[in-house]
Parts: sequence; structure tokens; C-alpha cells
Amino acid sequence: MTQPARKSRVALFVTCLVDLHRPTVGFAAIKLLERAGCTVEVPRAQTCCGQPAYNSGDRATARDLARGILDAFGGYDYVVVPSGSCGGMLSGHMAHLFDDDPNTRARADALAQRTHELVSFLTDIMGVTTTDAAYAGTATYHDSCSGLRELGIKAQPRALLASVAGLTVTEMAEPEVCCGFGGTFCVKYPDISVRMVTDKTRDIAATGADTLLAGDLGCLLNMAGRLQREGSKVKVRHIAEVLAGMTDTVPPIGEGKA
Amino acid sequence: MHVNSPNFKSNVTHALADTRLQKALSDTRLAFPSRRAAAVANLPEFEQLRDIGRDIKNHTLANLDFYLETYAANVERAGGTVHWCSTADEARAAVLAICQRANARTVTKGKSMISEELGINAHLEQHGITPVETDLGEYILQIRNEPPSHIIAPAFHLNRDDWEESFRKVHTDLPEDRVFNERRDILTEARTRLREKFLAADVGITGANFLIAETGSSVIVTNEGNGDLTQTLPRVHIALASIEKVVPTLEDATSLLRLLARSATGQDFSVYTTFSTGARRPGDWDGPGEYHVVLIDNGRSGMVGTEFQDMLRCIRCAACMNHCPVYFTVGGHSYGWVYPGPMGSVLTPSLVGVDQAGHLPNASTFCGKCESVCPVKIPLPKLMRHWREREFERHLSPQGTRTGMGIWAWFARRPAAYRFATRLGAWVLGKLGRKKGKFTSLPFADGWTAGRDLPAPEGETFFARYARAQREGTL
Repeated sequence: MTQPARKSRVALFVTCLVDLHRPTVGFAAIKLLERAGCTVEVPRAQTCCGQPAYNSGDRATARDLARGILDAFGGYDYVVVPSGSCGGMLSGHMAHLFDDDPNTRARADALAQRTHELVSFLTDIMGVTTTDAAYAGTATYHDSCSGLRELGIKAQPRALLASVAGLTVTEMAEPEVCCGFGGTFCVKYPDISVRMVTDKTRDIAATGADTLLAGDLGCLLNMAGRLQREGSKVKVRHIAEVLAGMTDTVPPIGEGKA
Repeated sequence: MHVNSPNFKSNVTHALADTRLQKALSDTRLAFPSRRAAAVANLPEFEQLRDIGRDIKNHTLANLDFYLETYAANVERAGGTVHWCSTADEARAAVLAICQRANARTVTKGKSMISEELGINAHLEQHGITPVETDLGEYILQIRNEPPSHIIAPAFHLNRDDWEESFRKVHTDLPEDRVFNERRDILTEARTRLREKFLAADVGITGANFLIAETGSSVIVTNEGNGDLTQTLPRVHIALASIEKVVPTLEDATSLLRLLARSATGQDFSVYTTFSTGARRPGDWDGPGEYHVVLIDNGRSGMVGTEFQDMLRCIRCAACMNHCPVYFTVGGHSYGWVYPGPMGSVLTPSLVGVDQAGHLPNASTFCGKCESVCPVKIPLPKLMRHWREREFERHLSPQGTRTGMGIWAWFARRPAAYRFATRLGAWVLGKLGRKKGKFTSLPFADGWTAGRDLPAPEGETFFARYARAQREGTL
């Protein structure tokens, strides 16, 4: 890939879950993007991609939030999101909120074109093929649904994980089956959700891996919560933490500080 | 059929506790997807065919009036009769009238989901006519007085020993030492019993997978051959079909047939694919003396021109439910009406009302697997979301959810206020959860913590830490 004349200006869309729950993922994303040669900025006027409202049928709120995003994220070369789900919202769904408003629709389309999920942005746009990170252990990788089916993210995380020193990746039986998170689904239908995540943790356990990785914090919180309820010792992390070599700075998801 | 969808949540509770159901579901979960995957892998143009299938259906729906009229005219030309029915009541009355005119006492039936939708069996029984289901799965369900739990494998919820138990309940002359270890044993038993019924029936009722406008033909696909015996042996054949089954040409039907079996069972083609055009003509070796098509709307035309029109492309292959992790968790009966799984979660609210079936489009994680395997590319998650929008507009979603969402939305619209609130929330939860790293229970979070721990946040929000790092120059 040819080196761009100037550094790409990237706006980081932090996502509400990373902001609230796991800020390390945001810092890992910044580190990875800078290492890939980007200048990273974090627009302050961001909250949430609007998916909770959008998927609850509240289009008005989703549109309001989308307008805020369009204002805050205009003028960058790229918008990068450390989540396939929120990334899919911005790049796949948001524009359709303005099907009846051609001007805003055009702005949303333009934003959609510039928006990428973090790991696929690193590999597909920035041409990153390796990392200098190290992680001692065996990990299994769960393909989160939106990233997989809306954005085609499958090979990219595995390609980068292959370059992490000391790390072996072992596939679970059905990495593409939903973990049962589903946003508000997990609290609206907890019985179904827990049964689904229990199927998932059974598959995770069967790999013998000591670490579970994925690219979406919602799924990770769900799977970590179930693993810990089951007394599992599997460590759960966002893939960006491993790729950025930041696993020493924060305990795995759901584990206390020693 | 009675609508039990409002009880979705309690249906689910029962289904999850039903160990026999759970065994049946987990035993069969991988069968259909792996067969479909193999069939698709063997047909390089499969993805292209999906586009063709979608386009055929879209074209037909855009010109539905024309193709229905053409179809009906060609049925009549071939000597058949079309009964236009706008409601389930009209359709039941039409079927009954045909049976009564034929002085029918026994009616054999091929598998038909529209028949379930109309409740044909109960209606015939009330009027002294005996319906006999001839599809193996439906036959068992009729014995057990249960509705289908799957649209192509109606007895999907049963285990092998359930079959023997059901047979013994009605086939009281069965020797005690008769074994039912193999699928073949079950088939042989049903075949023997049904042979007499086929020969005795006065009327045969089938569904239709496609109606072909240019020829006036109805098409059924089966693997057991029961449909053929149902529609050729009795004096009268009634094909039940909803209006969206029509396709313009034979060529279109064959394109869709190439998609149907591969998507459904992973076969290249079903064992029997039968085209019926009119009644028996002079010189024909077999066939019914009368051929009737009961053409049913029952709510479909109300979907045309709305955001739910895409659902009318459905060719009832069941790929969506075969690949649905929610379906395989709760089983088909939990959905509470005729059509389960993702297609049912869109279609049921359309046909019985979202006030009745509001849970169904909500009980989805939007994992998108259904859409990815749909042979006619119905955007099922998008259509379920449209139902959620209708519910939200009509204030049908639960008040607690609406209030919570309203508070969240107020903050999410105001980044400064949001920053303040999240900072406080993350700090409190971070402090409380710091040592263990998780919560095993939290007020207002039982939905989460009933079956999972809730991982504790790091404690400082990203934005707080980012601002601090900027101030301290440590970024």
C-alpha cells in the first residue's frame, strides 16, 4: 500500500460501553491507530451511536443522536469504532434514518463511507499485517454478529492475532453463533439470553483456551458475566487490548484488581 | 388457530424447563444447517439465484393483481374452479361447501400451513367430516392433538420414542414386540395405516408451494409422496393457497424450486415435485374429477405497499428458523401461532396484529443469521425492527422500557450532562465493584444478574481519563 502524503486524520468513536465500562479499549484503539500512522482525535460531543433507541423502535431519538454524530464527526478522513455493532450502526443503518431527508441522508452516506470498525480498518485500510504485541496464552475468538454479518469481519482479527508473540488461537465449535447479548434483548428476555450464552460458554470451555477475545464489548460483558457466574477461569478481553499490548494495565473483564 | 403469542414469555419458561423438548432441539440443531451448507457449496450460482428469486417475487408483488387474475383465468380454462376468499371464515366456508357438495365423509390432507392458519381440521370435524393428515409428522401431531412446531418439519419438537408412544395410542392392534428403532419402522407403520385412508377419501386437500399464472397450475413439493396420493386419488382435489404464492411463469417456478429444497432440507430437489393443472381430462389415467383452488388473502393484501411487503416474498423454506439460535432455544410452540422463528416474528404480527404478537419481533438479538440464509433475501431483522417502531408509536412497548429509554435518551442527547452522569455512575460502580471486579446482583439489574455476573466498570470513564491525560500531557 502506498504511503499517504500526510497522516490520516481519524476520529475515534469511543462507543458508550467503552466510555462507561472499559476505557482501556479506547486507549488501546488510539495506540493501534497511531502506530498505524494515523493522527487520532476524539470529538467530545459524542455519547452513543443510538442503536438502543433504533432497535427499540424509537426512531426520533435515534435520529437526534445521529444528527449529533454527523455534526461532531464531519471533516475527518475516517471515523473508527472499536465495535462491529456500533460501527455497523454508523456505516450501515444510520443513513436510512434520513431516507425522507435528502440533505441529511447525503451527509450520513458520506459519514458511512468513512466509518470503519477498528480491526478491519487497521488491516483493510491501513494495511497493517503484524503487531509487536505479546500475550502468553491460548485464546479463542468469538465473531460478534454485526461485525461478522454486516461488516464482513472474520479473517482480519485472526490475521492480526496470528502475529501476537506467544499467543495461540484455537477455534471454538461455532464461533459465528450469537452469544445471546442482543442489546436490550439480554434484559428483556433474560431466560433466552442466558440459555444462549450458556451454549456459548460451553463451546468456549470445550476449546481449553485460557482467554476469550472478541471485538464488541456488549458480547464480551455478556460472555464474561456468564463465565464468571459458572466459576470459569477463562480471562475475557477486547481484542484491541491484546493487539495494543495493554493487557498488563488492566485486569481481564470482570476480574478484580489484585 | 388460537393465538397464544401474548403468552410468549410463559411459553418460553415452559419450553426451557421441558427437557424432552430441549433434547429434541439439541439433537437436531445442526442437521438442517449442515445439509443446507453442503447443498449451497455444490451450486456455485446459488448466491446469484437468491437475487433472481428475490427479483421474481418483487416483480410479482408489484403486479399482484395482474398475475392473480391471469392465474385464475388459466385455472378456469383448464377446467378448475377458483374460490376467492378474503378472510379465514370465507375460506373455511368455501372448503366446507366443496366437501359437502361432494358428500364427503373422509378428507385426506397434505401438509399445509395455511390449513393450520385457517383451522380447517376443526371446522370439518364440527360438520361431521373426518380430516386425515397424511404427512408423517402431521399424522403424528393429529394423533397427539398438537399444532406443528416447524413449517417444514412439523413434529420437530418430538423425540423418536414419542412417535412409538403416539402410534400405540391409536393403533391399538400393534403387537407388543413390534420395534420402532429405525425411521423406516415408523414410516412403514404410517404407510400401512394411511394406504386405506388414501383409498377411502372423498376429497383431498393440499397446500401449494407455487401457483403458476401462465398455466394455472399449482405446485407441491413433498418427500413422502403423500401429497400426490392426496391430490390424485380422491374425486375432488382442493388446493389451499394464499395469494402471495403466485409466480408469473413455469420458468420462474423452476428458479424458485432450485432455491427451495436446498434452503429447506439441503436436497437439490425434493423427492416429489408435482404440478396440478385442472381436473382429470378424458384419456387421463388418473386425477380428481374436480379441481378447486381456494385462494386466500387473510391479511396479506394489507401488507402490500407497506414496509412489510418484502415478507410476502417468503417461500416457506424454514431456513430462517433452521439457523435461528432463539428458535433452537425456545422451540416453535413458544411463538404461539402457526408460523415460528424469524419469518413468523414478522408475519404473525402482520396477520394477527402486533398487539397480540408484539413479543415476537422483540425476541430477537438481530444476529442476522436468518437474513443471511433467506433464499429470497428478506431483510428479516429490519422488518422486525419496523414492528418495534409500530409498537413504540402505538405505546405498546412496556412502560418500564419506555421510561428507562426516555431517561437514557434525555442524557444521550446532551453530551455534557451525559458526561457528568456517566462519570458519576462509572465511579460509583467502579468503587463498589473494584475488589471483586463484578457484581452478582444489583438493584434494577435482575434481568442481567439472574443468570450472569455483571462485570464492574474500570471506574473512570474514557472521557474523564482522556481529559486527565490531555491535562497531564501523558497521552
